[in-house]
Amino acid sequence: MEITGAQALIKSLEREGVEVVFGLPGGAILPVYDPILDSPIRHILVRHEQGAGHMAEGYALATGRPGVAMVTSGPGATNIVTPIANAHMDSTPLVVVTGQVARAAIGTDAFQECDITGITMGITKHNFLVSSASEIPRAIAAAFHIATTGRPGPVLVDLPKDVAQSTMEWWYPAGVEELDLPGYRPLAGLDEAELERAAALLAASERPVLYVGGGVLKARAHEQLRAFAERTRIPVVTTLMARGAFPDSHELALGMPGMHGTYAAVTALQRADLLLAVGTRFDDRVTGRVSAFAPSAKVIHVDIDAAEINKIRRVEVALRADAAGALGALEEMGATPANLDVWWKEIRTWQESYPLTYDPPAEAGPLRPQQVIETIQAASPEGTVVAAGVGQHQMWASQFWRFEEPGTWVNSGGAGTMGFGVPAAIGAKVGRPERTVWCIDGDGCFQMTAQELTTARAEGIPIKVAILNNAYLGMVRQWQEMFYEERYSEVYLNADLPDYVKWAEAMGCVGLRARTPAEMRAVVEEANAINDVPVVVDFRTDTSEKVFPMVAAGASNDDIMVHPSQRGRA
Amino acid sequence: MSPEPFLGDAQHSPVRHHILSVLVENKAGVLARVAGLFARRGFNIYSLAVAPAESHERFSRITIVVDAETAPLEQVFGQLHKLVNVVEISDIAPDDAVERELLLATIPTDVENRTSLLDVIGAANASIVDVDAHHVTVMLAATPAGCDALERALEVHPGVELHRTGRVAVPRLGVPTHEPMRSR
Repeated sequence: MEITGAQALIKSLEREGVEVVFGLPGGAILPVYDPILDSPIRHILVRHEQGAGHMAEGYALATGRPGVAMVTSGPGATNIVTPIANAHMDSTPLVVVTGQVARAAIGTDAFQECDITGITMGITKHNFLVSSASEIPRAIAAAFHIATTGRPGPVLVDLPKDVAQSTMEWWYPAGVEELDLPGYRPLAGLDEAELERAAALLAASERPVLYVGGGVLKARAHEQLRAFAERTRIPVVTTLMARGAFPDSHELALGMPGMHGTYAAVTALQRADLLLAVGTRFDDRVTGRVSAFAPSAKVIHVDIDAAEINKIRRVEVALRADAAGALGALEEMGATPANLDVWWKEIRTWQESYPLTYDPPAEAGPLRPQQVIETIQAASPEGTVVAAGVGQHQMWASQFWRFEEPGTWVNSGGAGTMGFGVPAAIGAKVGRPERTVWCIDGDGCFQMTAQELTTARAEGIPIKVAILNNAYLGMVRQWQEMFYEERYSEVYLNADLPDYVKWAEAMGCVGLRARTPAEMRAVVEEANAINDVPVVVDFRTDTSEKVFPMVAAGASNDDIMVHPSQRGRA
Repeated sequence: MSPEPFLGDAQHSPVRHHILSVLVENKAGVLARVAGLFARRGFNIYSLAVAPAESHERFSRITIVVDAETAPLEQVFGQLHKLVNVVEISDIAPDDAVERELLLATIPTDVENRTSLLDVIGAANASIVDVDAHHVTVMLAATPAGCDALERALEVHPGVELHRTGRVAVPRLGVPTHEPMRSR
């Protein structure tokens, strides 16, 4: 059957099981937008290409399936560079299709030409420039294979316009062997000797910690993790990328480690004699000063990406495997540490002395951001999905929302991309329409990508957005207060400009506002009762509120600063 | 206890280097991917040579000499392996390698320097591959150290124009190649 390259592209996406594409058309990708009309694939028309990328990421993080975005050449392509970089940092499976100028025009500085494969070389897992229509099926099949296997990541497929317009005889690769990827061998095997050594280290340890990262979610290893943790009784810390991999309500859960982690999680890592690091990469936000991180701990490192082993921290045992396989194998071996009663007694005193906390708000307001988050969770259904932007609100959301299952936390970790929240929440809601989706956002972040609420309204995607409006770029403000002698430079945003309620209404959403604790409880109920259109709530929060605990950048995790009300405690 | 042998100025090669022989798919942009990876990870390339490999159509071989100080070998291997177009990497320890490099130089000649120049060329086992009334072009295929020596000898002639290819290397026969990691 002879079809056009454009038809082949859409057909290939259908073959890969794609149910939704986030995108925005333009000149070079125009041919591909015609066969979309005849395809069962849902297309969501964004208002800015960055929105398409973050929606695809939100979809992927909430569902575990690859997100797909499609944009045109030149500025369309460069506008999606930030989401690609973000997905690369967070190992999110993404397939991005970009239009390109016709082959004959490549290299001539043609209208809307840019070298997007060159630009994204360092921030994609791989990218392709498709040179003929007959190559489209292989490129798409390879893109999905690469994006979703091994350590997942973004793959970009650049499609010249004339390739989309030319014809090909339809075919589709029957299997991986037809993808022509002689250099791509993502499957790592477990090494028996290393497993034995891991078991021996576990058996000898008295203060072990399971240091769990996003790889556990990517490998869908939460059940293996839970079984292993429950049998061994090893305490579990879940990094920012792993929130939801282990239930926060579980007695073995210590919460998040790192710069704004719980005192118990940070200190347990510091005092541990063994770290079982699973699907995690010793990020600087977790380790603080590397030379002072977990100084007496031996390390067993499980990672599917061999390049992560010994990159930051030299390890005693390396298991180059996915988290499910490695945890499953350790469980099968019955690897068990010594009696951990003494260790747990110590940990319980840290939990009791230094729980996460905040001062209650005054009746007249302003609101405490932490209390807004707790109030939303208390009033929302179990399994509500939470998306966040980047900054103070993100840290509070990670700290104060109790995550109980995978796929309920959608956030930007490694890249720290402000503006991620609103579009990512939309993507998550598209992927899991039966769930309530709240975006916990900051006023700074909201202003970066709020235009996608127009998309949400137009496409019938009823997300809820809580703006924790403290009138500042709050995290930068916090650092200027603490480390720059309160010299506030370019961080004031003004709580009333823009008028968030009117802005929401202008985009066809419901806009609400709360200034006092009483209003807060009422508007959360009101927002949760609206299920047909997006809702935006402007919560007026305390400007001076800071995120605690905190480890200053470059400091040792031993020098953790707890909430002011807890200082001086033993 | 004897100190580490000092190989600095006498030999232009880096004090500690690794020779990586990297088999890559022969596709557009692959060299840029490899070079870009080294640049963004801060690994210094000392020399690099690339040409089609055994099965000319599909693969190329890139021989990269990396500065071991800036590039922990395990990291270089791990990151290189993640490039989808990289098929195989072997690390050839300099002591266990047969290394060769090609040098081409054009030297202005006159009656005064001709004799001494011919002596230098003869002593280095280099060959004359082109001449005109005022120039001679010489070629040497030799070890990097041999090329270094000829380069120093030729540099005394004003106006010399000298090109080197960067080395290629294969393991000495009977020495197993070392590849720390195949998985990714």
